[in-house]
Amino acid sequence: MNAPSASVTEPVLRLRGVRRAFGDHVVLDGIDLDVAAHEVVALVGASGSGKSTLLRTINLIEQVDDGEILLRGEEVSDPRVDADGVRARIGVVFQHYNLFPHLSVLDNVTLASRLVHRVPRAEAERRGLELLASIGLADFARAFPDRLSGGQQQRAAIVRAIATGPELLLLDEVTSALDPELVGEVLALVRSLADGGTTIVMATHEMAFAREVADRVVFLDAGRIIEDAPARQFFEAPREERTREFLARFLAG
Amino acid sequence: MTDTTDARGSSTAWQPSTLELERRAFRKRQTGRSVLVSALSTIVLAGLLAWALIGSPGWAQVQQTFFDPTVALASLPRILEGLWLNIQVLVGASVGVVIVALLLATLRTLRGPVFFPLRALAAGYTDLFRGMPLIIVLYLIGYGVPGLDFFPRVPVAVLGTIALILTYSAYVSEVFRAGIEAVHPSQRLAARSLGLSHGQTMRRIVLPQAFRKVTPALMNDFVAMQKDVGLISVLGAVDAVRAAQIETAHYFNFTPYVVAGLLFVLLAWPMIRLTDWLSARMRAREQVGSIV
Ligand SMILES: Nc1ncnc2c1ncn2[C@@H]1O[C@H](COP(=O)(O)OP(=O)(O)OP(=O)(O)O)[C@@H](O)[C@H]1O
Ligand SMILES: [Mg+2]
Repeated sequence: MNAPSASVTEPVLRLRGVRRAFGDHVVLDGIDLDVAAHEVVALVGASGSGKSTLLRTINLIEQVDDGEILLRGEEVSDPRVDADGVRARIGVVFQHYNLFPHLSVLDNVTLASRLVHRVPRAEAERRGLELLASIGLADFARAFPDRLSGGQQQRAAIVRAIATGPELLLLDEVTSALDPELVGEVLALVRSLADGGTTIVMATHEMAFAREVADRVVFLDAGRIIEDAPARQFFEAPREERTREFLARFLAG
Repeated sequence: MTDTTDARGSSTAWQPSTLELERRAFRKRQTGRSVLVSALSTIVLAGLLAWALIGSPGWAQVQQTFFDPTVALASLPRILEGLWLNIQVLVGASVGVVIVALLLATLRTLRGPVFFPLRALAAGYTDLFRGMPLIIVLYLIGYGVPGLDFFPRVPVAVLGTIALILTYSAYVSEVFRAGIEAVHPSQRLAARSLGLSHGQTMRRIVLPQAFRKVTPALMNDFVAMQKDVGLISVLGAVDAVRAAQIETAHYFNFTPYVVAGLLFVLLAWPMIRLTDWLSARMRAREQVGSIV
């Protein structure tokens, strides 16, 4: 574990004392977190505990008030760093899909490749069609997003986020807005990405899914990490009293 | 062989029931009656108006001075020539208005204290030109700019175009701004998260959606401007209105004004119909969207 070669053990993402407040309301209160390559980390916690804010902070949409964010060892919370360039290296999927309604599904998927990574259109579309085919949406490539079901839209949004091969994928409650019968197809896609070695940080209320797919589960309460443990241990033998309460509330429904 | 007949004529094919046929017949009778009633009432009303007009004591005089066919025909070429200038001004002003209005709208939607001076400037501009009557802007530009002696001999039509741009860009920028603000912030968030810059997000994501939302409003402003290009005549530009004025003086007859007016209506008419059609279609689509 304590190998001397930094390049091998260097985490994809490292947070050190990250703090964020809105006025007097401290939403992130000194977050320390390491995410290794190919690791899947689930963020759980009550509504308002700061999960979404943490994800937005990692993506530099939200500015930190203190602490640092390192992406592969580079401090990206430094204001001199080109934030657009950092965001281009991180994929994000939102609760409400946020597909662009005026662009075809294929254009949604290829937009970042073409505009940000300067991939020629033909090549970007070949790759985009491949990705859409892999999730069974090839027939909808030229359709507009409103023709798709919620589950299909969310899967298209996931494909859009990974189309440029990001180093890290952030998922913010990607199934919360879906009808129950559509949740399965989206979770299956996330599972296959996790199995394929994508590095993922996901905020979720799906405890069963977190337990099955995540390597680690991080429990957030009022902007602090209360417990950070391997998934199995987190659910079977939580160390913290507050984690036990949280899980008990969840099991009670 | 029997396959095709089966597919069409099988017992599973739905046929309206007697009850439904009866309902349809009733609806048809109802519709027929309503059409008849509205057509009759329209004819009666139009007839009454025509009768009142033609029966009025001064009608013969009015007909002669406003609707004289020979004068209309004789003045038409000059007025058409003038209308061509109106169309050129209209095209120039439209392009200018869209560019300036987009710039103003973008300035007004910039956030952060750094941009306060720009925001304030844009806000002041729109307040000023939305409040000032177009005709005064025309006079100020038309007579003021040449007085500066910076650019000698600018054609009056160009000055008129500038005045139109100043006034209409203030209106249109507000339309654009409303459109930009109607695009949900999550769209911006999604675009920025993909690594798109602020400018790319604006051009590729926000503005195209904003445009769609405000198209009917923009087209209404365009129709209004189509009429207002006639006001450049106050600067002495020989447009359709000015040409009509000259012809009127020449024939001692007001028919040329009627001709010019009708030409303006003809010019605007396709756009008016298109605007109506587009708004209706967008409304229909939105209603479908809200049901789904
Ligand atoms: N821009 C903002 N301005 C003010 N307060 C904010 C802002 N964004 C988030 N907050 C507050 O920060 C707290 C944490 O919000 P956040 O969305 O991160 O919670 P969450 O854990 O994602 O909750 P949920 O499970 O409901 O999504 C909330 O109390 C919220 O009101
Ligand atoms: Mg959230």
